Amino acid sequence: MTNDNKVLTEQEQDFIKRRRRRSIAIAVVLAALVVIFYAITVVKLGPEIMVRDL
Amino acid sequence: MAYAENNSDTLETVSTGRVEDYFALLKPRVMSLVVFTGFVGLLVAPGGVHPVIGFVAILCIAIGAGASGALNMWYDADIDRVMSRTMNRPIPSGRIAPGEALGFGMTLSVFSVAILGLATNWLAAGLLAFTIFFYAVVYTMWLKRSTSQNIVIGGAAGAFPPMIGWAAVTGSVSLDALILFMIIFLWTPPHFWALALYKKGDYEAAGIPMLPNVAGERVTQNQIVIYTVLLTITGFGPVLTGLVGWFYAIPAAVLGVVFSVLAVRLRFSQGAEMKRRARVVFTYSLSYLFVLFVALLADVGLIRWFGGVS
Repeated sequence: MTNDNKVLTEQEQDFIKRRRRRSIAIAVVLAALVVIFYAITVVKLGPEIMVRDL
Repeated sequence: MAYAENNSDTLETVSTGRVEDYFALLKPRVMSLVVFTGFVGLLVAPGGVHPVIGFVAILCIAIGAGASGALNMWYDADIDRVMSRTMNRPIPSGRIAPGEALGFGMTLSVFSVAILGLATNWLAAGLLAFTIFFYAVVYTMWLKRSTSQNIVIGGAAGAFPPMIGWAAVTGSVSLDALILFMIIFLWTPPHFWALALYKKGDYEAAGIPMLPNVAGERVTQNQIVIYTVLLTITGFGPVLTGLVGWFYAIPAAVLGVVFSVLAVRLRFSQGAEMKRRARVVFTYSLSYLFVLFVALLADVGLIRWFGGVS
Protein backbone atom coordinates (compact mmCIF):
# COMPACT_ATOMS: atom_id res chain seq x y z
CA MET A 1 0.00 0.00 0.00
CA THR A 2 2.28 2.71 -1.23
CA ASN A 3 -0.49 5.24 -1.46
CA ASP A 4 -1.41 5.19 2.21
CA ASN A 5 0.52 8.28 2.98
CA LYS A 6 -0.64 10.22 -0.01
CA VAL A 7 -2.07 13.53 1.06
CA LEU A 8 -5.65 13.89 -0.06
CA THR A 9 -6.49 16.85 -2.18
CA GLU A 10 -8.98 19.33 -0.87
CA GLN A 11 -11.50 18.08 -3.41
CA GLU A 12 -11.12 14.49 -2.23
CA GLN A 13 -11.46 15.47 1.41
CA ASP A 14 -14.58 17.40 0.57
CA PHE A 15 -15.95 14.41 -1.35
CA ILE A 16 -15.34 12.09 1.59
CA LYS A 17 -16.97 14.54 3.97
CA ARG A 18 -20.06 14.73 1.76
CA ARG A 19 -20.24 10.96 1.39
CA ARG A 20 -20.00 10.56 5.15
CA ARG A 21 -22.84 13.02 5.70
CA ARG A 22 -24.96 11.24 3.07
CA SER A 23 -24.33 7.92 4.79
CA ILE A 24 -25.40 9.38 8.13
CA ALA A 25 -28.54 10.83 6.55
CA ILE A 26 -29.45 7.43 5.07
CA ALA A 27 -28.84 5.76 8.44
CA VAL A 28 -31.14 8.28 10.14
CA VAL A 29 -33.87 7.69 7.53
CA LEU A 30 -33.62 3.91 7.90
CA ALA A 31 -33.78 4.16 11.69
CA ALA A 32 -36.82 6.44 11.39
CA LEU A 33 -38.52 3.89 9.10
CA VAL A 34 -37.95 1.15 11.69
CA VAL A 35 -39.55 3.32 14.38
CA ILE A 36 -42.45 4.27 12.08
CA PHE A 37 -43.24 0.67 11.09
CA TYR A 38 -43.02 -0.42 14.70
CA ALA A 39 -45.34 2.39 15.83
CA ILE A 40 -47.87 1.72 13.02
CA THR A 41 -47.92 -1.97 13.88
CA VAL A 42 -48.56 -1.33 17.56
CA VAL A 43 -51.24 1.28 16.88
CA LYS A 44 -53.07 -0.73 14.23
CA LEU A 45 -52.98 -4.06 16.00
CA GLY A 46 -52.92 -2.88 19.61
CA PRO A 47 -53.22 -5.68 22.15
CA GLU A 48 -54.20 -7.99 19.28
CA ILE A 49 -50.52 -8.09 18.46
CA MET A 50 -50.22 -10.81 21.12
CA VAL A 51 -53.13 -12.84 19.79
CA ARG A 52 -52.02 -15.26 17.13
CA ASP A 53 -52.68 -18.85 16.21
CA LEU A 54 -49.63 -20.98 16.59
CA MET B 1 -6.88 3.30 1.14
CA ALA B 2 -8.86 2.95 -2.02
CA TYR B 3 -10.18 6.45 -2.16
CA ALA B 4 -6.68 7.88 -1.92
CA GLU B 5 -5.89 6.29 -5.26
CA ASN B 6 -8.94 7.70 -6.94
CA ASN B 7 -8.54 10.65 -9.18
CA SER B 8 -11.31 13.18 -9.63
CA ASP B 9 -12.74 11.32 -12.65
CA THR B 10 -13.61 8.20 -10.72
CA LEU B 11 -15.05 10.28 -7.90
CA GLU B 12 -17.80 11.31 -10.28
CA THR B 13 -19.12 7.75 -10.52
CA VAL B 14 -20.52 8.16 -7.02
CA SER B 15 -22.80 11.00 -6.01
CA THR B 16 -21.06 14.24 -5.14
CA GLY B 17 -24.18 15.88 -3.73
CA ARG B 18 -24.52 17.21 -0.24
CA VAL B 19 -27.38 16.14 2.01
CA GLU B 20 -28.73 19.70 1.66
CA ASP B 21 -28.87 19.26 -2.13
CA TYR B 22 -31.09 16.21 -1.81
CA PHE B 23 -33.26 18.10 0.63
CA ALA B 24 -33.52 20.97 -1.87
CA LEU B 25 -34.80 18.48 -4.48
CA LEU B 26 -37.87 18.03 -2.28
CA LYS B 27 -38.80 21.72 -2.70
CA PRO B 28 -39.10 22.31 1.06
CA ARG B 29 -41.01 25.58 0.70
CA VAL B 30 -43.73 24.01 -1.43
CA MET B 31 -43.66 21.07 0.96
CA SER B 32 -44.34 23.29 3.96
CA LEU B 33 -47.56 24.54 2.35
CA VAL B 34 -48.54 20.97 1.43
CA VAL B 35 -47.88 19.77 4.98
CA PHE B 36 -49.94 22.60 6.38
CA THR B 37 -52.98 22.19 4.10
CA GLY B 38 -52.82 18.39 4.36
CA PHE B 39 -52.66 18.70 8.15
CA VAL B 40 -55.73 20.95 8.22
CA GLY B 41 -57.62 18.51 5.97
CA LEU B 42 -56.70 15.70 8.33
CA LEU B 43 -57.77 17.60 11.46
CA VAL B 44 -61.08 19.02 10.22
CA ALA B 45 -62.24 15.66 8.83
CA PRO B 46 -64.92 14.07 10.99
CA GLY B 47 -64.00 11.06 13.09
CA GLY B 48 -60.48 11.84 14.09
CA VAL B 49 -57.41 9.68 13.78
CA HIS B 50 -54.78 8.21 16.11
CA PRO B 51 -51.93 10.76 16.45
CA VAL B 52 -49.31 8.26 15.24
CA ILE B 53 -51.33 7.38 12.13
CA GLY B 54 -52.03 11.08 11.55
CA PHE B 55 -48.33 11.89 11.79
CA VAL B 56 -47.42 9.10 9.37
CA ALA B 57 -50.13 10.27 6.95
CA ILE B 58 -48.78 13.84 6.95
CA LEU B 59 -45.22 12.55 6.58
CA CYS B 60 -46.26 10.46 3.57
CA ILE B 61 -48.09 13.38 1.96
CA ALA B 62 -45.00 15.57 2.52
CA ILE B 63 -42.57 12.98 1.11
CA GLY B 64 -44.89 12.28 -1.82
CA ALA B 65 -45.03 16.01 -2.59
CA GLY B 66 -41.25 16.20 -2.21
CA ALA B 67 -40.83 13.25 -4.57
CA SER B 68 -42.89 14.99 -7.24
CA GLY B 69 -40.70 18.07 -6.70
CA ALA B 70 -37.58 15.97 -7.36
CA LEU B 71 -39.15 14.49 -10.51
CA ASN B 72 -40.09 18.02 -11.60
CA MET B 73 -36.49 19.22 -11.13
CA TRP B 74 -35.19 16.19 -13.02
CA TYR B 75 -37.36 16.93 -16.02
CA ASP B 76 -37.08 20.72 -15.88
CA ALA B 77 -33.31 20.99 -15.44
CA ASP B 78 -32.95 22.46 -18.94
CA ILE B 79 -35.31 25.38 -18.33
CA ASP B 80 -34.30 25.83 -14.68
CA ARG B 81 -30.82 26.59 -16.02
CA VAL B 82 -32.18 29.64 -17.84
CA MET B 83 -34.30 31.28 -15.15
CA SER B 84 -32.74 33.42 -12.41
CA ARG B 85 -35.18 32.05 -9.84
CA THR B 86 -34.17 28.42 -10.46
CA MET B 87 -30.61 28.40 -11.83
CA ASN B 88 -29.13 27.58 -8.42
CA ARG B 89 -31.19 24.41 -8.01
CA PRO B 90 -29.12 21.22 -7.43
CA ILE B 91 -29.23 19.88 -11.01
CA PRO B 92 -28.63 23.07 -13.05
CA SER B 93 -25.78 24.01 -10.71
CA GLY B 94 -24.21 20.57 -11.26
CA ARG B 95 -24.28 19.37 -7.65
CA ILE B 96 -26.61 16.46 -8.37
CA ALA B 97 -26.76 14.37 -11.55
CA PRO B 98 -30.16 14.19 -13.33
CA GLY B 99 -30.32 10.40 -12.93
CA GLU B 100 -29.87 10.69 -9.19
CA ALA B 101 -32.80 13.08 -8.91
CA LEU B 102 -34.94 10.71 -10.99
CA GLY B 103 -34.05 7.71 -8.82
CA PHE B 104 -34.52 9.73 -5.66
CA GLY B 105 -37.95 10.96 -6.78
CA MET B 106 -39.16 7.53 -7.93
CA THR B 107 -37.99 5.79 -4.74
CA LEU B 108 -39.65 8.33 -2.48
CA SER B 109 -42.86 8.20 -4.57
CA VAL B 110 -43.19 4.43 -4.21
CA PHE B 111 -42.36 4.43 -0.51
CA SER B 112 -44.66 7.33 0.42
CA VAL B 113 -47.64 5.85 -1.45
CA ALA B 114 -47.07 2.32 -0.11
CA ILE B 115 -46.66 3.44 3.51
CA LEU B 116 -49.68 5.77 3.34
CA GLY B 117 -51.77 2.89 1.99
CA LEU B 118 -50.60 0.48 4.68
CA ALA B 119 -50.99 2.99 7.51
CA THR B 120 -54.33 4.53 6.51
CA ASN B 121 -56.27 3.35 3.45
CA TRP B 122 -55.78 2.86 -0.27
CA LEU B 123 -58.10 5.69 -1.30
CA ALA B 124 -55.74 8.17 0.37
CA ALA B 125 -52.74 6.34 -1.11
CA GLY B 126 -54.36 6.33 -4.55
CA LEU B 127 -55.01 10.08 -4.34
CA LEU B 128 -51.38 10.65 -3.35
CA ALA B 129 -50.16 8.52 -6.26
CA PHE B 130 -52.45 10.44 -8.61
CA THR B 131 -51.16 13.76 -7.22
CA ILE B 132 -47.54 12.77 -7.87
CA PHE B 133 -48.45 11.55 -11.37
CA PHE B 134 -50.44 14.70 -12.06
CA TYR B 135 -47.64 17.05 -10.97
CA ALA B 136 -44.73 15.14 -12.51
CA VAL B 137 -46.32 13.95 -15.75
CA VAL B 138 -49.45 15.97 -16.54
CA TYR B 139 -48.14 19.33 -15.31
CA THR B 140 -44.35 19.16 -15.66
CA MET B 141 -43.95 17.04 -18.78
CA TRP B 142 -47.03 18.06 -20.68
CA LEU B 143 -48.91 21.24 -19.71
CA LYS B 144 -46.13 23.48 -18.39
CA ARG B 145 -44.44 23.90 -21.75
CA SER B 146 -47.46 23.65 -24.00
CA THR B 147 -50.31 25.84 -22.74
CA SER B 148 -50.83 29.15 -20.97
CA GLN B 149 -53.45 27.36 -18.84
CA ASN B 150 -50.57 25.27 -17.42
CA ILE B 151 -50.86 26.38 -13.82
CA VAL B 152 -54.67 26.42 -13.83
CA ILE B 153 -54.89 22.69 -14.51
CA GLY B 154 -51.56 21.89 -12.83
CA GLY B 155 -52.85 23.65 -9.73
CA ALA B 156 -54.98 20.58 -9.09
CA ALA B 157 -51.83 18.79 -7.92
CA GLY B 158 -51.30 21.37 -5.18
CA ALA B 159 -54.98 21.23 -4.26
CA PHE B 160 -55.06 17.53 -3.44
CA PRO B 161 -53.23 17.46 -0.05
CA PRO B 162 -56.18 18.51 2.16
CA MET B 163 -58.33 15.98 0.31
CA ILE B 164 -55.71 13.27 0.92
CA GLY B 165 -55.61 14.23 4.61
CA TRP B 166 -59.40 14.04 4.71
CA ALA B 167 -59.44 10.67 2.94
CA ALA B 168 -56.75 9.31 5.28
CA VAL B 169 -59.14 9.88 8.21
CA THR B 170 -62.54 9.10 6.71
CA GLY B 171 -61.68 6.66 3.94
CA SER B 172 -63.89 8.70 1.62
CA VAL B 173 -64.11 12.02 -0.19
CA SER B 174 -67.04 14.27 0.73
CA LEU B 175 -68.33 17.64 -0.48
CA ASP B 176 -66.29 19.38 2.24
CA ALA B 177 -63.10 17.73 0.99
CA LEU B 178 -64.01 18.85 -2.52
CA ILE B 179 -64.51 22.44 -1.33
CA LEU B 180 -61.06 22.47 0.33
CA PHE B 181 -59.70 21.21 -2.98
CA MET B 182 -61.53 23.95 -4.90
CA ILE B 183 -60.23 26.69 -2.59
CA ILE B 184 -56.59 25.84 -3.35
CA PHE B 185 -57.41 25.10 -6.99
CA LEU B 186 -58.88 28.59 -7.49
CA TRP B 187 -56.13 30.18 -5.38
CA THR B 188 -53.31 28.87 -7.58
CA PRO B 189 -53.88 30.94 -10.76
CA PRO B 190 -53.86 34.41 -9.11
CA HIS B 191 -50.90 33.32 -6.99
CA PHE B 192 -48.71 32.19 -9.90
CA TRP B 193 -49.92 34.73 -12.45
CA ALA B 194 -48.93 37.50 -10.03
CA LEU B 195 -45.47 35.92 -9.94
CA ALA B 196 -45.46 35.54 -13.72
CA LEU B 197 -46.33 39.25 -14.12
CA TYR B 198 -43.19 40.44 -12.39
CA LYS B 199 -40.99 37.56 -13.57
CA LYS B 200 -42.24 37.75 -17.13
CA GLY B 201 -38.76 38.09 -18.64
CA ASP B 202 -37.59 34.90 -16.94
CA TYR B 203 -40.38 32.76 -18.34
CA GLU B 204 -39.91 34.29 -21.76
CA ALA B 205 -36.19 33.42 -21.73
CA ALA B 206 -37.05 29.82 -20.77
CA GLY B 207 -39.78 29.61 -23.41
CA ILE B 208 -42.53 28.71 -20.93
CA PRO B 209 -45.93 29.88 -22.17
CA MET B 210 -47.11 31.67 -19.02
CA LEU B 211 -50.28 33.71 -19.49
CA PRO B 212 -48.60 37.20 -19.40
CA ASN B 213 -46.18 36.11 -22.13
CA VAL B 214 -48.80 34.50 -24.36
CA ALA B 215 -51.96 36.53 -23.84
CA GLY B 216 -50.51 39.75 -22.47
CA GLU B 217 -50.56 41.58 -19.16
CA ARG B 218 -54.08 42.97 -19.48
CA VAL B 219 -55.63 39.51 -19.98
CA THR B 220 -53.63 38.19 -17.03
CA GLN B 221 -54.75 41.06 -14.81
CA ASN B 222 -58.38 40.38 -15.76
CA GLN B 223 -58.01 36.66 -15.10
CA ILE B 224 -56.46 37.34 -11.68
CA VAL B 225 -59.51 39.43 -10.76
CA ILE B 226 -61.94 36.72 -11.97
CA TYR B 227 -60.20 33.91 -10.08
CA THR B 228 -59.83 36.02 -6.93
CA VAL B 229 -63.57 36.78 -6.86
CA LEU B 230 -64.40 33.10 -7.50
CA LEU B 231 -61.98 32.16 -4.72
CA THR B 232 -63.59 34.61 -2.30
CA ILE B 233 -67.03 33.09 -3.00
CA THR B 234 -65.76 29.51 -2.75
CA GLY B 235 -64.12 30.48 0.54
CA PHE B 236 -67.62 30.52 2.03
CA GLY B 237 -68.29 26.93 0.93
CA PRO B 238 -67.34 25.35 4.27
CA VAL B 239 -69.85 27.69 5.99
CA LEU B 240 -72.68 26.62 3.68
CA THR B 241 -72.05 22.92 4.24
CA GLY B 242 -72.04 23.49 7.99
CA LEU B 243 -68.40 22.38 8.44
CA VAL B 244 -67.62 25.70 10.14
CA GLY B 245 -69.42 28.77 11.51
CA TRP B 246 -68.93 32.50 12.01
CA PHE B 247 -65.52 32.19 13.56
CA TYR B 248 -64.34 31.14 10.09
CA ALA B 249 -66.80 33.15 8.01
CA ILE B 250 -65.68 36.57 9.26
CA PRO B 251 -61.94 36.15 8.57
CA ALA B 252 -62.83 34.45 5.26
CA ALA B 253 -64.86 37.51 4.24
CA VAL B 254 -62.18 40.00 5.26
CA LEU B 255 -59.39 37.99 3.62
CA GLY B 256 -61.39 37.59 0.41
CA VAL B 257 -62.40 41.23 0.15
CA VAL B 258 -58.79 42.39 0.71
CA PHE B 259 -57.56 39.90 -1.89
CA SER B 260 -60.17 41.12 -4.39
CA VAL B 261 -59.29 44.78 -3.75
CA LEU B 262 -55.59 44.05 -4.29
CA ALA B 263 -56.43 42.17 -7.49
CA VAL B 264 -58.57 45.06 -8.79
CA ARG B 265 -55.83 47.57 -7.93
CA LEU B 266 -53.39 45.39 -9.86
CA ARG B 267 -55.81 45.38 -12.77
CA PHE B 268 -55.72 49.19 -13.03
CA SER B 269 -51.95 49.59 -12.93
CA GLN B 270 -49.12 49.26 -15.41
CA GLY B 271 -45.38 49.42 -15.83
CA ALA B 272 -43.24 49.50 -12.69
CA GLU B 273 -46.30 50.16 -10.53
CA MET B 274 -47.91 47.01 -11.95
CA LYS B 275 -44.86 44.90 -11.07
CA ARG B 276 -44.87 46.28 -7.54
CA ARG B 277 -48.55 45.49 -7.09
CA ALA B 278 -48.12 42.03 -8.63
CA ARG B 279 -45.49 41.36 -6.00
CA VAL B 280 -47.94 42.50 -3.30
CA VAL B 281 -50.63 40.16 -4.65
CA PHE B 282 -48.15 37.26 -4.74
CA THR B 283 -47.03 37.80 -1.15
CA TYR B 284 -50.57 38.43 0.09
CA SER B 285 -51.87 35.26 -1.58
CA LEU B 286 -49.58 33.17 0.62
CA SER B 287 -50.85 34.86 3.80
CA TYR B 288 -54.42 34.50 2.51
CA LEU B 289 -54.23 30.73 2.21
CA PHE B 290 -52.37 30.35 5.49
CA VAL B 291 -54.75 32.49 7.56
CA LEU B 292 -57.85 31.00 5.88
CA PHE B 293 -56.80 27.47 6.82
CA VAL B 294 -55.84 28.55 10.33
CA ALA B 295 -59.34 30.03 10.69
CA LEU B 296 -60.84 26.78 9.38
CA LEU B 297 -58.88 24.80 11.93
CA ALA B 298 -59.72 27.21 14.76
CA ASP B 299 -63.44 27.12 13.97
CA VAL B 300 -63.60 23.32 13.77
CA GLY B 301 -61.63 23.21 17.04
CA LEU B 302 -64.13 25.54 18.72
CA ILE B 303 -67.10 23.49 17.49
CA ARG B 304 -65.54 20.23 18.61
CA TRP B 305 -64.28 21.24 22.03
CA PHE B 306 -66.66 23.97 23.11
CA GLY B 307 -69.77 23.19 21.14
CA GLY B 308 -69.16 26.09 18.77
CA VAL B 309 -69.69 29.84 18.87
CA SER B 310 -72.09 30.02 15.97
